[in-house]
Amino acid sequence: MVNGILDYLWLVPALPLLGVVLNGAIALFAERPLLLKEAGLPLAGGHGAAHGSHDDAHGTSSHGSAHGHHESPAYRKLVALIAPGVVGAAFVVALLCVLSLASRPADGRTFVQILFPWIQAGSLLVPAGLQLDPLSSVMALVVTGVGFLIHVYSVGYMSHERAFARYFVYLNLFMFAMLTLVLANNYLLMFVGWEGVGLCSYLLIGFWYEKQSASDAGKKAFVANRIGDFGVLLAMFLVFWTFGSLSYTEVFAKVPLLRESGVLTTGLATAITLLLFLGATGKSAQIPLYVWLPDAMEGPTPVSALIHAATMVTAGVYMVARSSALFLLAPDTMMVVAVIGAITAIFSATIGICQTDIKRVLAYSTVSQLGYMFLACGVGAFTAGIFHLVTHAFFKALLFLGSGSVIHALSGEQDMRKMGGLRKYVPVTFFTMFAATLAIAGIPGLSGFFSKDEILWQAFSSPHGSPVLWGVAAAAAGITAFYMFRLVFLTFFGDSRMDPEVEKHAHESPWTMTVPLSILAVLSVAGGWVGIPAVLGGSNFFEHWLAPVFHPVAAAGAHGAAAAGAHGAQGAVHHPVVLEIGLMALSVAIALCGIGLAYFLYRVRTGKPDEIAARWPNLYDVVYHKYYIDEFYEWAVIRRIVNFSTGLWQMFDALFIDGIVNGAAALVRAAGERVRRLQGGVVGGYAFSLLAGAVLLVGYILYRSVVQ
Amino acid sequence: MIEPSAYLLLSAILFGIGVVGVVTRKNVLIILMSVELMLNGVNVAFVAVGSFLGDAAGGVFAFMVMTVAAAEAAVGLALLIALYRLKETIDITELKVLKW
Repeated sequence: MVNGILDYLWLVPALPLLGVVLNGAIALFAERPLLLKEAGLPLAGGHGAAHGSHDDAHGTSSHGSAHGHHESPAYRKLVALIAPGVVGAAFVVALLCVLSLASRPADGRTFVQILFPWIQAGSLLVPAGLQLDPLSSVMALVVTGVGFLIHVYSVGYMSHERAFARYFVYLNLFMFAMLTLVLANNYLLMFVGWEGVGLCSYLLIGFWYEKQSASDAGKKAFVANRIGDFGVLLAMFLVFWTFGSLSYTEVFAKVPLLRESGVLTTGLATAITLLLFLGATGKSAQIPLYVWLPDAMEGPTPVSALIHAATMVTAGVYMVARSSALFLLAPDTMMVVAVIGAITAIFSATIGICQTDIKRVLAYSTVSQLGYMFLACGVGAFTAGIFHLVTHAFFKALLFLGSGSVIHALSGEQDMRKMGGLRKYVPVTFFTMFAATLAIAGIPGLSGFFSKDEILWQAFSSPHGSPVLWGVAAAAAGITAFYMFRLVFLTFFGDSRMDPEVEKHAHESPWTMTVPLSILAVLSVAGGWVGIPAVLGGSNFFEHWLAPVFHPVAAAGAHGAAAAGAHGAQGAVHHPVVLEIGLMALSVAIALCGIGLAYFLYRVRTGKPDEIAARWPNLYDVVYHKYYIDEFYEWAVIRRIVNFSTGLWQMFDALFIDGIVNGAAALVRAAGERVRRLQGGVVGGYAFSLLAGAVLLVGYILYRSVVQ
Repeated sequence: MIEPSAYLLLSAILFGIGVVGVVTRKNVLIILMSVELMLNGVNVAFVAVGSFLGDAAGGVFAFMVMTVAAAEAAVGLALLIALYRLKETIDITELKVLKW
């Protein structure tokens, strides 16, 4: 018990797993028979015509509306208690562990708990172990904290859902996998979590699997992620081949040594990191593998908030930050990461301008913000990337949950063109979402401002950065402010464009949904205060907290300059304070321009957006159709693969393989056809054969004896 | 004193006639008789060589063969009668059910 509470670190992933087991039993033995019984009856039996049509609405959208409650079976209350309960308990344990870790000296804040030997094959020894250090503790707290709030929210949001227990089984399983991912002490166990969250993402995107588009979106996400996972696997092989180990502490400890002995060449480091980054582009929806994330919005909205905004999609950023020691050795990869991040940030932001589905706007915004995080990692500012990851988890989860609350209020309506004036119907949702919008737009004082500005400053000042990267990122920030305020104006302000029938039922969500919204709103506002940069008089606690993870590593790397870049505050030494403040003011001004433009177009001159679209129909068309990227992939990749596979099937399978199999059978058959004539059934024939054989044998023996 | 080769020649001729009978005839009864002929051809060779070498084993073998031949004839004729009752023929070209 020398480590106190830290010895119970295994409880953090184990508690959600317990939830999976308990809820799984309920889903299998209580819920499933009930649903099957219902499905067996045509149109929900004795519920009457009105209820029947209501059930149909559930079947297709399942967002449900306030009226027409099903009587709630007892097991639902149990599930609603267990699922958030285990995650909340995991959060408490994680918090206690992190506090215990924080009480240690800064250089001793790495706690490794080996649970059991997992894989032993030759020189490959992989124990199942957990590692709590400043980086994984940040991730664990975000995952369990935001995860708990979203579980609570889900209880309200999914209250009209029939497959209630199945939903929470998946959600708890996701928490288990995600915590395995962030707490693993080696690449292989991380990969288990990595695949686990991918599986849960697939299951939850396709949660309403009766709907063709949802089931397709699930498959798309799964396949796009597999492409990236292939990169991670190859990277792990290379890491094991180079370092002879997969555990973080051993690998990173060996980096300086192998660097000096020339084993770890820059080319090798580039290969490993590029392959890891390929995995990150899949999981974190970066160009070229980002296409699955917008489609993933087919899943329930809390899922979009938890998996496709706050936690899973940031796994790629976490992995890159975790492997920072390797990334710093590969300047080429760093450049690729930064450029991909910057391009993704501005590219998806522009798509967000023209989307009309409230969740898709947020999805493209998520892709864009993830681009920021990779930009930060690419310029060596891993701390800034993780900082933005945290604040983004707060405000983007809030935005998604808010949009979910709006959708819930409007009985499943997601099209912003059919909203408007919602401010007075859903005041809590409006205020909390407005706070998140201010945060993501980068209004000074809110969380998004500090993290985004840290990234912008690093993109400009870091040795890996450049004014071009800053310019792209700042432009993306302006566009972000524009489309976010467009969303708010279209949804909450102006005259109602709602269906009168829908408007009649518009209502504020229950407390299980508004309380998480409020807590996240507080975090979105205040969450950035842990990382106020020195230039604004802050202490940047966040930077100091993560310093043990990134700095010794950076200092050990060959690129001393990169180390300075990662320091942030130290990097600023080379630049005048005026410059930093000036750039900060400039980025705020750009954001305000975006907001002003949105105000002008969607509040003052509301006819103007259509005018603009009409004046450049081609440009509007291209952006509205997301630059036809999906169509391009369809044409350039998917159809090629389908054609190739069809060719293989028809040429190779049908002709070659089947030819061998059928040919063998036909050969034996034809031979038998001929040989069967020997067995004529006439005894005389057999006797003659016998005689002929005997004569031949005797003749041969005689011949042999005569010759010799 | 007749040459031993004459006995062997007789033995070979008897055996040959038997073989031809077995292979060419259609009547099962004749075939059985031809088999007896082949066995007796062999018996001639046994006895002749035994007597020529002054060894009683040849004669013993000849008696042995006769015993077997008697048993064989008994079993063969019994089968033949059973067959005839079933098929009303003893022509082996008619009895070709056992084939593919």
